[in-house]
Amino acid sequence: METPQTPMSVEELKQMAANIRCDIIEMICTAKAGHPGGSLSAADVVTALYFRIMRLDPQDPDWPDRDRFILSKGHACPVWYAALAERGYFDKSHLGTLRQLNSILQGHPDMRKTPGIDMTAGSLGHGLSAGLGMALSGKLRQKDYHVWVIIGDGESQEGSIWEAAMAAAKWKVDSLTAILDRNHLQNDDCVDIEMPIEPVADKWRAFGWHVMEIDGHNMEEIVEALETAKTIKGKPTMIIAHTVKGKGVSFMENVVEWHGKAPCKEEAECALEEIRRYGCEQN
Amino acid sequence: MSKTETSPYHHVRSEIIPLLTSDDLFTTVERQATRYAYAEAVIELGERNPDVVVLDADVSKSVRTHKFAEKFPERSFNFGVAEQNMMAAAAGMATTGLIPYATTYAVFASMRALDQVRNSIHYPRLNVKIAASHGGLTPGPDGVTHQGQEDLSILRAIAHSTVIAAADPPTTKLAVWAAAEWEGPVYLSFTRDPVPVIFDLNYPFEIGKAVTVRDGTDATIIAIRDLVVQSLVAAERLAKKGLSVRVIDCHTLKPLDVETLLQAAEETGAIVTAENNMFYGGLGSAVAEVLVENYPIPMKRIGVRDTFAESGPYLELLKKYGLSAEHIADAVKEVVARKGQSR
Repeated sequence: METPQTPMSVEELKQMAANIRCDIIEMICTAKAGHPGGSLSAADVVTALYFRIMRLDPQDPDWPDRDRFILSKGHACPVWYAALAERGYFDKSHLGTLRQLNSILQGHPDMRKTPGIDMTAGSLGHGLSAGLGMALSGKLRQKDYHVWVIIGDGESQEGSIWEAAMAAAKWKVDSLTAILDRNHLQNDDCVDIEMPIEPVADKWRAFGWHVMEIDGHNMEEIVEALETAKTIKGKPTMIIAHTVKGKGVSFMENVVEWHGKAPCKEEAECALEEIRRYGCEQN
Repeated sequence: MSKTETSPYHHVRSEIIPLLTSDDLFTTVERQATRYAYAEAVIELGERNPDVVVLDADVSKSVRTHKFAEKFPERSFNFGVAEQNMMAAAAGMATTGLIPYATTYAVFASMRALDQVRNSIHYPRLNVKIAASHGGLTPGPDGVTHQGQEDLSILRAIAHSTVIAAADPPTTKLAVWAAAEWEGPVYLSFTRDPVPVIFDLNYPFEIGKAVTVRDGTDATIIAIRDLVVQSLVAAERLAKKGLSVRVIDCHTLKPLDVETLLQAAEETGAIVTAENNMFYGGLGSAVAEVLVENYPIPMKRIGVRDTFAESGPYLELLKKYGLSAEHIADAVKEVVARKGQSR
């Protein structure tokens, strides 16, 4: 298993994000099911975390001092699996087994089956609370690990997200950073039509969080925001990452149907070609 | 140990036995709500295990876990009225090696936060202890919204669950301590109202091991939580009428002690189950499932029928909703009468 040199430069991160996008398309196409839209929208942030920001050891996934990562919007797990495979947690050959019988890669993340998955996820609105628990534990035991949680904008309609928001501010857990993948689409419709969450930055500020807003596909901005988040003291941090659902595959971008639909072989080939071209342009 | 040569009782405090057929049982005997026994036990546990943390959801003064907070402020977390957040946060803590006791009422633990309890605690088999007060109709005057009459049935239906409801304060403490040694989720159900102290700390409490607390040969009552004492009362009354009735404290609903209950079925030939819980999906269902597949004999279930109860004194509710010693005794008479009849 190859383990890439980390931390990566911004240029290397861009190339890795393109690789991860290709993995996502191939996995979901092979599985004939899955959630490409929200996997692609989160790809740049996840890449920055795993290849530059997080303290981790793929050879020791349970290392007690590691940073924790939770993909609370668990349906986007292809992006998580791809990042873990590219980072060397398990062999890339597993990616072709997504959602199949006896696979280590479940349809939604299972911490007992997949090396590197820090928390089981899938039922929306749990991950921020679980991350809060991890951060509180770190605080109690005077550990200096950081906990990173990606939540969705549709997921932000869950009441428990706001329960966790309130509690994290109460306990001033500055080792907790949430990233909102603000891609504007959910399963049924546009978030802002189905159940608007705006003004979402004001909401998080009102709940006592330090709030940053970034272009969630601009690697420089992503890296800078994640590094800043680690330095914020006395309150948790929310990074609102403005993203495009389906980012990198033009026919998937901003199309609600690509929330949970697999591309056929021809569509996947078009998508891969476009991502490879896009990734090269970035270099 | 209170067993004498002539006594059929095991582990029952000797001063209790003469009072079993007296109304004094629920007035003069030392009584305590098992929620308070839980709080005392978890404080003791906190003293000897630094990994134990207590999570509350605005009922710490009701359960008395606020005393844990006074003693170990850094290991106490009050989440306010937000049980879902508390349960998933408990899961997150457990991933780091802490042993969280997430404390709330049974209705909220088993229903309000069930999604977190299933998906974030049981599915990943995280080492969270769910401490649920107000089980069954024990919160009598509070009424239906606070009466956890389904919690045992609901938790039993979850994969990887371990479900415990101890009969009295000392065995509740033993259950709380045993849960800390048990790797994985444990659901503990407590009473809101006081119940008599019928056992002591020498009780042989082991998760998954039912305890025969009274010998008998004509029928067996398999009981859980607060209906163990009602079953002892029923058995003692029936003894005066010449019936020899075994009583089993089935404190662990899951994993069920199949061996002990099948032995009782074979040796006594008739079974009554007694639970202050819905009679769907709980102890009665669990025992019936085992009997029907292995050793079908006359059986009757005592439990909350398909209804919600109401506000009222706890012991009065037991009588009105068919859960009292008298109802249990009538059920025993019925199954004994059915023995030997063609089925």
